[in-house]
Amino acid sequence: MRLESRHLLGLEDLGPDEISLILDTAESFREVSEREIRKVPVLRGKTIVNYFAEPSTRTRVSFELAEKRLSADTVSITTAGSSAVKGETLRDAARNLEAMHIDMIVIRHRASGAPHFLAKHLDVAVINAGDGCHEHPTQGLLDLLSMRDHFGRLEGLGVVIVGDIAHSRVARSLIWGLTKMNAEVSVCGPAPLIPLGIEEMGVRVWDRLEDGIGEVDVVYVLRLQFERQQGVLVPSGREYRRLFGVDRERLDRAKKDVVIMHPGPINRGLELSPDVADGPHSIILNQVTNGVAVRMAVIYLASGGDGSRESGSEERQSAGSGQRPG
Amino acid sequence: MGTRRSAQIMDAEEIERAITRIAHEIIEKNRGCENLLIVGIRTRGAHLAQRLVDRIEAIEGRKVPLGILDITLYRDDLSSVATQPIVRRTELPGSVVERTVVLVDDVLYTGRTVRAAMDEIIDFGRPRAIQLAALIDRGHRELPIRPDFVGKNVPTSHREQVLVLMQEQDGEDKVAVEEVLT
Repeated sequence: MRLESRHLLGLEDLGPDEISLILDTAESFREVSEREIRKVPVLRGKTIVNYFAEPSTRTRVSFELAEKRLSADTVSITTAGSSAVKGETLRDAARNLEAMHIDMIVIRHRASGAPHFLAKHLDVAVINAGDGCHEHPTQGLLDLLSMRDHFGRLEGLGVVIVGDIAHSRVARSLIWGLTKMNAEVSVCGPAPLIPLGIEEMGVRVWDRLEDGIGEVDVVYVLRLQFERQQGVLVPSGREYRRLFGVDRERLDRAKKDVVIMHPGPINRGLELSPDVADGPHSIILNQVTNGVAVRMAVIYLASGGDGSRESGSEERQSAGSGQRPG
Repeated sequence: MGTRRSAQIMDAEEIERAITRIAHEIIEKNRGCENLLIVGIRTRGAHLAQRLVDRIEAIEGRKVPLGILDITLYRDDLSSVATQPIVRRTELPGSVVERTVVLVDDVLYTGRTVRAAMDEIIDFGRPRAIQLAALIDRGHRELPIRPDFVGKNVPTSHREQVLVLMQEQDGEDKVAVEEVLT
């Protein structure tokens, strides 16, 4: 079992077996972060560039920790300190990095498709750390892992995603991932923020949280992203909280063992009330812990060379099945 | 694949006797089983380690802690294999610090697996000592490593393959040497 592609651009491109492989590998990697020496030598001598052309703390730190725990050498570039402010194009920047013999680029970019562009033009592995409103695959994978940990399965799990679906790459990756694993997904939010035709992705649309909150296992609350909404798509903060905010009162209508998730950072008291965010139903911090393990797994699996270039040889089979040199 | 010539070199009973003898030798060398930690290398080494723990308990009346090591992340040949091998979990009960660790593997060959296992153990702390037990020593070491406990020495050529089958995984206990005659 291996990944079809050396890149991770989105969950749309992955099959259920590949998703399971990543989650299983992440489970094995979780133990590394609990050791005395939180490091394994597997990627010694590999160089990874984190190219973050959009603000991010959590995701960037999570990637950097994952890379360091695998013993890779890492460089992190944020746009403020890079030549992007001098007008260098993404392609030129990436070509220059490639000329310095790197093995992998982790990229966050405000333009949807930027990672795909790099994957097409460069001879290095590309990991998407969030591109515009398109996908955020490692977030989706860590969410899947957190749900699988808690419930022991993904199949048949009822999940509602609440908030700004239209502008959310987190929602898009999560929907792809959950539907591929045969979970039952619903979305709920202000009508202008629910994309037309989203039902074609295999999800149901609720107008109000009350429509089905009593039926689901997971309430996934999205961050209300004021920084990404142009115009007046959202009513006032107070209006939003009244209609879609997840608080104690709404939680009382849910199943006893319902789980609350959020990709962070939380607008406390807006989409999620503080007592719910810190309450017993919240597994938000498990998500963060799983983030490092999932990114270790993705980087490890993607650094295994270009799968598309090799034919299926006996030797690889034996390597894959864990044969050792004695 | 061409034709193969296969010869059985140990049956179930012989394997059991070898494990019993190794268990006695471990107890003798360490003057009991105080402070011991038996660690099997995935996958068949882990089954052997479990059997050693059971055997030592039968002899000494005490259960020695058991650990399982996955050395995938410590291999020295990862850049030369085409796809990344599956990583499984390493499970060590408690600390290795100041313990005597007995590493257990099915076949000792180049010594590279044992090198990886020792590196991994040491990343968990500083053991008092590391000892090595192998069911089969087939020679051809590429590193300065020697076992403390051996089930059977089997001289082989590089062209041959040593197959260890274990009840828990393969449904039978057997050791065979195979040669591919193309």
